[in-house]
Amino acid sequence: MSRLTEKNLVLAKEIIARYPRPKSALIPLLHLAQEQAGFISREAMVHLGELVGVTSAEVYGTASFYEMFRFEPIGKYLINICGTMSCALMGAEQLMHHAEKRLGVKAGGTTQDGMFTLAHAECQAACTEAPCLQVNYRYRLRVTPADLDNLIDDLQDGKLNDEIPTHGVLSKVRQVIPADRAVGAVAPELVTESPVWLNGKAAL
Amino acid sequence: MSTTFKHAPGFVTGDRPKIVTSRFEFSDSFTIERYLATDGYKGLRAALSRPANEIHDDVKSATVLGRGGAGFPAGTKWGLTPQQVWPRYLVVNGDESEPGTYKDRLLMERDPHQLIEGCLIACYAAGLSQCFLYIRGEMALAQERVATALNEAYAAGYVGRNILGSNFSVDIILHWGAGAYVVGEETALIESLEGNRGMPRLKPPFFPAVNGLYGQPTIVNNVETLANLPWLMCNGVAAYTAIGTKTSPGTRMVAVSGHVKRPGVFEIINGTTTFRDLIFGEEFCGGIKNDNKLKAFVPGGGSAPWFTPDQLDLPFEASQIGPAGSMLGSGAVMVMDETTDIPAAALTLTHFYAHESCGKCTPCREGGTWLERILRRIVDGNGTDADLQQLLEVGAMICPGAFPHAANEKLGLTAVPFPYKMTTICFVGPSAFAPVHSALTLFRSEFESRVTKRVTIPVTAVASMATVSTSGVHS
Repeated sequence: MSRLTEKNLVLAKEIIARYPRPKSALIPLLHLAQEQAGFISREAMVHLGELVGVTSAEVYGTASFYEMFRFEPIGKYLINICGTMSCALMGAEQLMHHAEKRLGVKAGGTTQDGMFTLAHAECQAACTEAPCLQVNYRYRLRVTPADLDNLIDDLQDGKLNDEIPTHGVLSKVRQVIPADRAVGAVAPELVTESPVWLNGKAAL
Repeated sequence: MSTTFKHAPGFVTGDRPKIVTSRFEFSDSFTIERYLATDGYKGLRAALSRPANEIHDDVKSATVLGRGGAGFPAGTKWGLTPQQVWPRYLVVNGDESEPGTYKDRLLMERDPHQLIEGCLIACYAAGLSQCFLYIRGEMALAQERVATALNEAYAAGYVGRNILGSNFSVDIILHWGAGAYVVGEETALIESLEGNRGMPRLKPPFFPAVNGLYGQPTIVNNVETLANLPWLMCNGVAAYTAIGTKTSPGTRMVAVSGHVKRPGVFEIINGTTTFRDLIFGEEFCGGIKNDNKLKAFVPGGGSAPWFTPDQLDLPFEASQIGPAGSMLGSGAVMVMDETTDIPAAALTLTHFYAHESCGKCTPCREGGTWLERILRRIVDGNGTDADLQQLLEVGAMICPGAFPHAANEKLGLTAVPFPYKMTTICFVGPSAFAPVHSALTLFRSEFESRVTKRVTIPVTAVASMATVSTSGVHS
């Protein structure tokens, strides 16, 4: 169950083929595994190791470096409240206190019904719209405590299901490279000649 | 609370030149239809109708500066690749996470085709045979917009095999990160792209242009840098260098946040626009919130040493900001007004860098955490006067010698020029110290009023007490 599904396996092989070395596909594949289950299980890491030709320990070694990867189930919605400089100057701390009170968990905790995980986040690149937060990496800007209450209500009522997918899903659009348009990836040691267009002439 | 912008924040119509934000006024700026209707892919066509080396020369003579932080000219960087070593790769750095900065996210969300066209021009000019577009993991919308744009561009024949029917072929592979600030450093970015932990590589001797992805020559360019190329190809070198100054031509995007009336991301003229224009100018931020007084500002992202109102008239010109004691970095100005609690503000930044340390270099891994802990103690009211000295001593382990800071007439300070010496591979370590040092140098009294005098029990007193008690027992 926690290994990649048939459908995702096809996708995984397509992604691996885009890189000159299979291990480069590891982070995209970890995202795929997290998308499938909401977190990354041991079985998933074993499977990914088989796919790119490294041990599961190496997969965990890479995965554990990155903050977005979770190794245990978390809430359906991950609410990341930014607390870096610009947001801090504009009231991020009050917003976090309000969120903690409303959800009844401390930053880092998950509500008992498994709906929400609250987390303190570092700069989310929306500094002029402070204070900001992300729900499953979808922005909410210039958030007041009342906005936050409304957001939580809407999420609970399922009103935002179209916009905000469950935790693990990032981009809802995947890159598709048509076979007839792809140049294809070649291992670097197999390339010995300069690109054909570097012949001193115009390409067009 | 708003979820989408009609315009980009801070977008102001006017007759300022717009190189990279020219399509931001359209609500459908990210579609291929809008892009093609507004001179899209014309720069690529112009580039492909000339030999690749001429395009490289154009970028060199236009002095397109790197917009990621270091400000190294892109054309020169491309020229550092060793002769006759193939293949060469292009890695696009879209892992924007410097506190205060968000120009790349807007460029990816609002004009992804411009970035794709820029990548293609770079690959053509420098002979790069595959392009990896690395977008920060947290930016779901940017990933969606770029993925859609790439799919459209592949289908329309702008990317992939035999582009526009020519012999130029290149794949652009979309790659997402997964949350790590340090991956914005180019060698860490390459490590991450190879599927490893994102820890920077030791350099020198080998810079990525010589030994990068898979040990091959690799060009790492920032999103905004590449976004400049289509305009440059359409309008020519002379038009580009006519904007700005000789050493800082063109425009650059700057995000101004914090205590200002109209925070926003602006495309400003490089080299001539001053911080005063930006913070107080009517066409930009329009002054400090509630008409308060300006206390200090961060001129170039969280890593940059701070400036005070003394430095407001400095322009966006690296050759003047460096000697004044700071850097332009990634184009992010954070403004603090008179109500700001300076030690607490410094703490948020130091916490960021301590948290984001990858752990490879000891001075950063340990020192950053120490700085944070000491600073937190002070902010919480548990600090002593000895802590202030300790902050500077810990900082000197990361950055030995005089740390850059601004001149300040009132405090009688003369500027110490940027950059600093450092005991770490990358800039994350020193960046943890920059806010502490700036805050402590420029606003020492705010720290002093927070700390108590350290209580020390004199040794002689302890000895005499011991004598009293023993004599008591014996008598």
